[in-house]
Amino acid sequence: MQDFGSAVWQALGLVASFDRDLLEIVLLSLRVSLTAVLAAGLVGLPLGAVLAVLRFPGSGLLVVLLNAMMGLPPVVVGLVLYLLLSHAGVLGPLNLLYTPTAMIVAQAVLVTPIIAALARQTVADIRGEYREQLQVLGVSRRTEVATLLWDARYSLLTAMVAGFGRAIAEVGAVIIVGGNINHVTRVMTTTIALETSKGNLALALGLGMILLSLTILVNAAVQGLRATAARTAYA
Amino acid sequence: MNGRFSALACAAALGLALVSGGALAADKFIVVQSTTSTQNSGLLDELLPKYTAKSGTEVRVVAVGTGQAIKNAANCDGDVLLVHAKPAEEKFVAEGGGVKRFDLMHNDFVIIGPESDPAGVAGMTDAEAALKKIAAAKAPFASRGDESGTHQKERSLWKAAGVDVKAASGDWYRETGSGMGETINTGVGMGAYVLTDRATWSAHKNRAGYKILVEGDKDLFNQYGVILVNPAKCPNVKADLGQDFIDWLLSKEGQDAIAAFRINGEQQFFPDAQKSAS
Repeated sequence: MQDFGSAVWQALGLVASFDRDLLEIVLLSLRVSLTAVLAAGLVGLPLGAVLAVLRFPGSGLLVVLLNAMMGLPPVVVGLVLYLLLSHAGVLGPLNLLYTPTAMIVAQAVLVTPIIAALARQTVADIRGEYREQLQVLGVSRRTEVATLLWDARYSLLTAMVAGFGRAIAEVGAVIIVGGNINHVTRVMTTTIALETSKGNLALALGLGMILLSLTILVNAAVQGLRATAARTAYA
Repeated sequence: MNGRFSALACAAALGLALVSGGALAADKFIVVQSTTSTQNSGLLDELLPKYTAKSGTEVRVVAVGTGQAIKNAANCDGDVLLVHAKPAEEKFVAEGGGVKRFDLMHNDFVIIGPESDPAGVAGMTDAEAALKKIAAAKAPFASRGDESGTHQKERSLWKAAGVDVKAASGDWYRETGSGMGETINTGVGMGAYVLTDRATWSAHKNRAGYKILVEGDKDLFNQYGVILVNPAKCPNVKADLGQDFIDWLLSKEGQDAIAAFRINGEQQFFPDAQKSAS
């Protein structure tokens, strides 16, 4: 159990010394995951809202599928993307394999269903409250979707945060399409996997603590943003 | 209204900064499909900066098991293949995946196990006999089970020992389906014997009282080879850059650098390039 104490010290040491490699890895992790979440939000939020507003044959089935896709196994997503992006695959000419872009795509695929499914539920819930008003005003479906998304924006941040949690924590997809190449595609989770495989359990655990702190920081920033925005809105 | 927008603008700006803030990657690079032992031991960390300083070519390493490395190279996802399973490498070249195979270096495999040594193999120098004793004692043995070079070697040793490990899989024979380091971690956790390359074990930190119990059999020889992925089959291969890297590895400078690599003062890889392809 000395590993836990040792892990804390190693983590503090790395942070205190501003280890350059660590900084590079942390920044790449943030860059990949935040970009993936932004991209997933751009697709997932409208998709979720549209599914909440529109009723069409098969929409119930679509919702079930969307909810189920929240459980996409990262390693399977990584494998499918590898097969597509490989030089032997249909998207090979894009030269994206083993690049951060490939990792962003992989995480966006994993995160989009989560954001869309949570957004659909959130929007469906507030739609119940707004329905009569919207009907009286006789707004178009398009305006309805936009209005509901805007009014639910603070709740939808939670969907984005959930998506970020999934993205920053996953290793199965990015290690396959990124290749865990030093200084190119190495992120926090793949570094932890690598250090574990070297038997550097304390260092791996220390990196895990840093990753967790990072996630807490991002969540705190979002929370602060929400509070500030809400205060200004009602001031 | 203004406050809202400035808050959102801040978030957007942060996002954009992160999206655009990525390090600019060097144009001149090659991708090497290699095995975990060369990376986890620290060998590549020592060799590659020397080569990059000399040539200006960045070497990007994807370190996976030999089986996966060969498969990736067969899909043209790499310029150079540096692995350790000679029969599989020769097959890869024969099938047109690679240009030529060169011997690069060797080290050896060892069998590690707990101090309690339930099968009583400590000090043995005959790997086959040791495996027979482990099987007879039904002592736990953790296998890579992943078609890696080490796994292929291990299976050939079991075959030579006349032990049907398939029948014992899930019983005393445990296939972890993971890399060398992970398999050592698993083995250490369950008190199982493990066949590993010496370099990975030398660099491994999570030892928990494990020791090398069997070593010194010529059957435990571990040959590494290096191959240029065939540009005739894979037009994306950077043949000139890849060949230059291979030439350097096989040159006196590269071979000396391999020989100079030490863990705890001990040489880990023994250069044996002969210039002639096999």
